[in-house]
Amino acid sequence: MSDNPRKFKGGVHPEDSKALSASKPVQTAPLLGKYTVIVHQNIGAPPEIVVKKGDLVKKGQLLAKASGFVSVPLHAPTSGTVTAIEKSPGPACVSVPSIEITADGKDEWGSPFEPIADWRNTDPAVLKQRVVDAGIVGMGGAGFPSHVKLSPTKPVDTLILNGAECEPYLTADHRLMLEQTEDVLLGAAILARILGLKTAVIGVEANKPDAISKLNAFASKYSVTVQKLRVNYPQGAEKQLIYALTGREVPIGGLPMDVGCVVQNVASAVAVVEAVVKGIPSIERITTVTGEPLVNPGNWRFRIGTPISKALELAGGVKYQPAKLLLGGPMMGFAQNSLDVTVMKNTSGILLIPVEQVSQYTSEPCIRCGRCVEACPMDILPATISQAVENERFDWAEQLNVAACIECGSCSYVCPSHRPLNQHFKRAKAEILAARRKQQKK
Amino acid sequence: MPDATKLVISNSPHIRGGETISKIMVQVFIALMPAALAAVWFFGLAALEVMVLCTVGCMAVEVLWNKAAGRSSDSWKDGSAALTGLLLAMNLSAGAPWWICILGSLLAIGLGKQLFGGLGYNPFNPALVARVALLIGFPQLMTTWVKPAPGQWLAYDALTGATPLAATGKELASIQDLFIGNVGGCLGETSALALLIGGAFLLVRRLIKWHVPASFIGTVALITGLAHHFNPELTPPALYHVLAGGLMIGAFFMATDMVTSPMTANGALIFGCGCGIITSVIRIWGGYPEGVSFSILFMNALTPLIDRYTIGKPFGYIRIKKEAAQ
Ligand code: SF4
Ligand code: SF4
Repeated sequence: MSDNPRKFKGGVHPEDSKALSASKPVQTAPLLGKYTVIVHQNIGAPPEIVVKKGDLVKKGQLLAKASGFVSVPLHAPTSGTVTAIEKSPGPACVSVPSIEITADGKDEWGSPFEPIADWRNTDPAVLKQRVVDAGIVGMGGAGFPSHVKLSPTKPVDTLILNGAECEPYLTADHRLMLEQTEDVLLGAAILARILGLKTAVIGVEANKPDAISKLNAFASKYSVTVQKLRVNYPQGAEKQLIYALTGREVPIGGLPMDVGCVVQNVASAVAVVEAVVKGIPSIERITTVTGEPLVNPGNWRFRIGTPISKALELAGGVKYQPAKLLLGGPMMGFAQNSLDVTVMKNTSGILLIPVEQVSQYTSEPCIRCGRCVEACPMDILPATISQAVENERFDWAEQLNVAACIECGSCSYVCPSHRPLNQHFKRAKAEILAARRKQQKK
Repeated sequence: MPDATKLVISNSPHIRGGETISKIMVQVFIALMPAALAAVWFFGLAALEVMVLCTVGCMAVEVLWNKAAGRSSDSWKDGSAALTGLLLAMNLSAGAPWWICILGSLLAIGLGKQLFGGLGYNPFNPALVARVALLIGFPQLMTTWVKPAPGQWLAYDALTGATPLAATGKELASIQDLFIGNVGGCLGETSALALLIGGAFLLVRRLIKWHVPASFIGTVALITGLAHHFNPELTPPALYHVLAGGLMIGAFFMATDMVTSPMTANGALIFGCGCGIITSVIRIWGGYPEGVSFSILFMNALTPLIDRYTIGKPFGYIRIKKEAAQ
């Protein structure tokens, strides 16, 4: 493979603003008195709660068990008492079921899984079962159960580790690759074994040269290839990443395995190492807490269930009122209106955006400048689809392949008329889905 | 701690590139400055007067029309009306009386733009709508040109002469004069050099796609070149056609109008070729000496169709097909 992989079509170059936190080593957040663990943290079915109020739990003990194949279990972030099972603020601005654990301060492990030191000689099925049991999801943001990707129904020949971290501001994966370089590579090797592959490739955007050279220094030991990626948002989007590294196009509506690929986020790979080698389930993650309004942006290792307010406190609080609070990055993250939402397995960033940066424009008519068309990595026509949506013509939107849209937001980012393009597409997809359901019922 | 009640909730993306309509318009305006200065140099202050009248006129019509229609009336601020005004002026002669400028403004903004619903909804280039309407209404006024008098601000003595394209035989202007702009014509039809500088600016700032000017000018050069090659009597050589008349301003500033030209690169190529073919045909065989305006308006009408048939296949589309075939 060359050092300069393919350029996918389109994309944008937002100011990366990573300097705020890129040089800050990961700190472990101190133990809290209380954690509120949101039950449904994964794409797919929510897990089934197996504890009740008043139960004593140990760190790593099962709180909820997977309720199907596309579902993951949930574990206690520390030892203590289950003090409430009720609704609490969720990441989509609505309350969601959560389990409140009041810590006993001992942070005592329950019976964690048996460490599998000799993973090289362990049956891949056993390793995969460990990934299932540990409740690992795509930690880059999607929250898709990792084990599902490790169970391809089509032949797979390439394992890709996603270390692109193309979202502006976020540096959690960067720090992880830098500080736990060998864990990342070991994770790749274990994942490769599970998939029956000998090698893996890890893609990192060129704006993290230190991580790239550090990975390179150890890569051969784990039969991993390190690939420098162009800095071009959304380089970390699965389909764009696969194209950049292999030249294969994942079909619209298809999955990476349709082109023989499996993509896992680097943080998920490290979670796999913890689960397999140390026997620890997914109860913590590294999150970037950043934004210009913060006194002391940085990267922290949080237990799942840590309230955002605590995270902001660790970052020194704010110098001035931000306009937005986001979970995730500024391009695809979700705006929050409560500081009581808690860190989940896929919370890659907690971001405060100052008022100057926020798009508070009124939308104007499309001037057909074509910038959105140029920026769209999926090569569809955002302007035209958006017009179809405005006219409530969802059938047109469907014909124009709105289904291909990955909601990366590049089109909205460049639009001089500040049209809510991305928002239109989410709506169109929902309408098309609803219409299809209706038809199926008939 | 931030005040949670003051947090804004809205959809991603949460940051924007900072591009605005007015920024785009201002840059196109700047790109027209070399041509505007050239016009003043060759035609004196009379040219400046036409430009000011049209620009202010168009902005005034925009404001008044919005008021009359009861719409929020600050759309003049986006700069598109002013730009239409300047483009309109570029399509008039330095000798145009004041009322032609005002009438032109009314036609451009009223008939060309607002009647269709304002910026973004107009199918035709507003400045060209006005030009063609005036051409039909006042053919005499619109086809007599002031002779250039370089550097003589007030020396405008209403001497009229033919545009280089209407001229025949010995009257043909020299290529050098055409390039510099020392010829009769409307304000924007004179200096190819000034327009090229502006066009280069547009391309560098990525305000226009190269596809339109390249295919437009290329097609004209090809067709007129062939015609001249086979029958030198019929028409002047290609370079002459490229530099004379409204081709330069048409190809760089009028045909590239975002609202009225295709959005995709392939669409832009087809659009430019279409403009080039029609322009050449009118110039060589048509009744008018100039065909740029008509060609662009005609292709404007075809833009929705071109857009429709140049929709490419999205990323990941080919494979679906392949799989379906298996
Ligand atoms: S949000 Fe959808 S339409 Fe817009 S650029 Fe991304 S993929 Fe294209
Ligand atoms: S970027 Fe905005 S204004 Fe330009 S074509 Fe797309 S939707 Fe229209």
